[in-house]
Amino acid sequence: MNEHLNNDTAAPEEKVYTTLNLGPTHPATHGIFQNVLKMDGEIIVDAEPTIGYIHRAFEKLAERRPFNQITPITDRLNYCSSPINNMGWHMTVEKLINAEIPKNVQYMRVVIMELARIADHIICNSVIGVDTGALTGFTYIFQWREKIYEIYEEICGARLTTNIGRIGGFERMWPEKAWQRIDDFMKEFPKELKQFEDLLMRNRIFMDRTINAGGINAERALQYSFTGPNLRATGIDYDVRVMNPYSSYEDFDFVIPVGTSGDVYDRFMVRQQEMWESLSIIRQALKNIDRKSTVFHGDVPEFCLPAKEEVYNNMEALIYHFKIVMGETDIPVGEVYHQVEGANGELGFYLISDGGRTPYRLHFRRPCFIYYQSYPEIIKGGMLSDAILAMSSMNVIAGELDA
Amino acid sequence: MATATAEQVQQLHDLIVSKLEAKIPGVVLHTEIQYDFPVFEVNKAKIYQVLEFLKTDPVLSFEFLTTMCGLHYPDNSAKEFGMMYQLHNLPKNTRIRIKTFFPASAMELPTMIPLWAGANWMEREAFDFFGITFKDHPNLKRILNMEDITFFPLRKDFPLEDPTRDDKNDSMFGR
Repeated sequence: MNEHLNNDTAAPEEKVYTTLNLGPTHPATHGIFQNVLKMDGEIIVDAEPTIGYIHRAFEKLAERRPFNQITPITDRLNYCSSPINNMGWHMTVEKLINAEIPKNVQYMRVVIMELARIADHIICNSVIGVDTGALTGFTYIFQWREKIYEIYEEICGARLTTNIGRIGGFERMWPEKAWQRIDDFMKEFPKELKQFEDLLMRNRIFMDRTINAGGINAERALQYSFTGPNLRATGIDYDVRVMNPYSSYEDFDFVIPVGTSGDVYDRFMVRQQEMWESLSIIRQALKNIDRKSTVFHGDVPEFCLPAKEEVYNNMEALIYHFKIVMGETDIPVGEVYHQVEGANGELGFYLISDGGRTPYRLHFRRPCFIYYQSYPEIIKGGMLSDAILAMSSMNVIAGELDA
Repeated sequence: MATATAEQVQQLHDLIVSKLEAKIPGVVLHTEIQYDFPVFEVNKAKIYQVLEFLKTDPVLSFEFLTTMCGLHYPDNSAKEFGMMYQLHNLPKNTRIRIKTFFPASAMELPTMIPLWAGANWMEREAFDFFGITFKDHPNLKRILNMEDITFFPLRKDFPLEDPTRDDKNDSMFGR
């Protein structure tokens, strides 16, 4: 008998654990996330996340930038739905200066924010599919994210880091082409979404893989300050759009989908349902928007750049132009917190203004920074493959996590 | 349900001041209303008791920790550093902000992890950027910055740009 086939060596007295370094760059984690896992076979015993690999010091940078130059920073938080971050920042400053925004502009903001939410949920849900081994849904639905990016492109010229809108409203009226693209999207997307849903929602393999995987209960979720779809998947109907309506969300009729067990499947289902609700909100908004309107911002000349021909011919416009470009706009003293329902939770901006040209202090409440700390608790006792699934279903975006 | 009116915010402010004063006399140092938020500055020595009371009181029950962050006001002597806590009562949809200030020589606060598990990383962030330490924190180390840096970047005395540069003159831009 061969020596190496001799199998009568005794099992070790003490349990031997394997240390597994998952990340920082790992093809399955969709971003820069490092977790040092302690494994017992394929079961995770303990996990230690390390974050900060793409930290860019946004809060410090913001302390040196005039208010209108902070919008590009917010793009880079949750870069899957930048317009929501942009609008959230604009609304924070508008709250500070008590600006009145016309209804039409508020509805346009709602349209762009809900499109962004759909884009974000498309990414998250199709990636859950990919991580369970179902690549097909991803390849079909992902082109609809592309269509949303084309809408952004028509409105602001950029696709990912949009810098859409300005404090007080928008930089210009949306062009005809943008409305056209939105109409096309609204006509075509529902049946594509239905197709995606048919592929996964009642798919036996997908359900077996996701139900009871990576779950957290409502009590622990609140302990960890969960917000957004992850909290709603546990059964708590907290949605900033309903609790503290901003940008005229109170005018729209929509429901807050909730789950029951807070597992991967519930998170998937909540996002799926939210996309239908977003479509309904956009439809309601489009009905009430005057596309021929020439008003695209509120009456805040200190923040909205005047049209170029006015700058050349009108002294006031020239003064405002220079004040905005040089960042010398007067700002009231005060501190303000404004929250919006980001695609993955409550995105908050805590702004302290001392009346200077830049914020004295700006703190971002980044939803995934707060809920990602529960990750070790969620994956403990589960399999490694469930941990991958739990991470993608939590919609952790590295840009927002690391600020 | 909608965002609270100015009147409701004022009522909430008065209620909390009276309840806090009845429970822990002399703890409220200063109060104000900032937009839709009642803001309370409380005694640093009692910060844990204040937050515990706000969380567990059956009427107030601020059970949700929205966020917290460090603050730095180098010009306020003996109150250079601060910590801001923002609490939320989800069923009633009321929000408050609690602040506490302390000098650079006493940078230790109690940890809020027993009240909210989510305080863990937020406190590590405050430690990382301001150097505020938290007593009994199980894992108080830097979170976003490298572990071997020796400075606290969000302090006002930490320059954003390399201070040795002499090729830029920002003085005419009011900086």
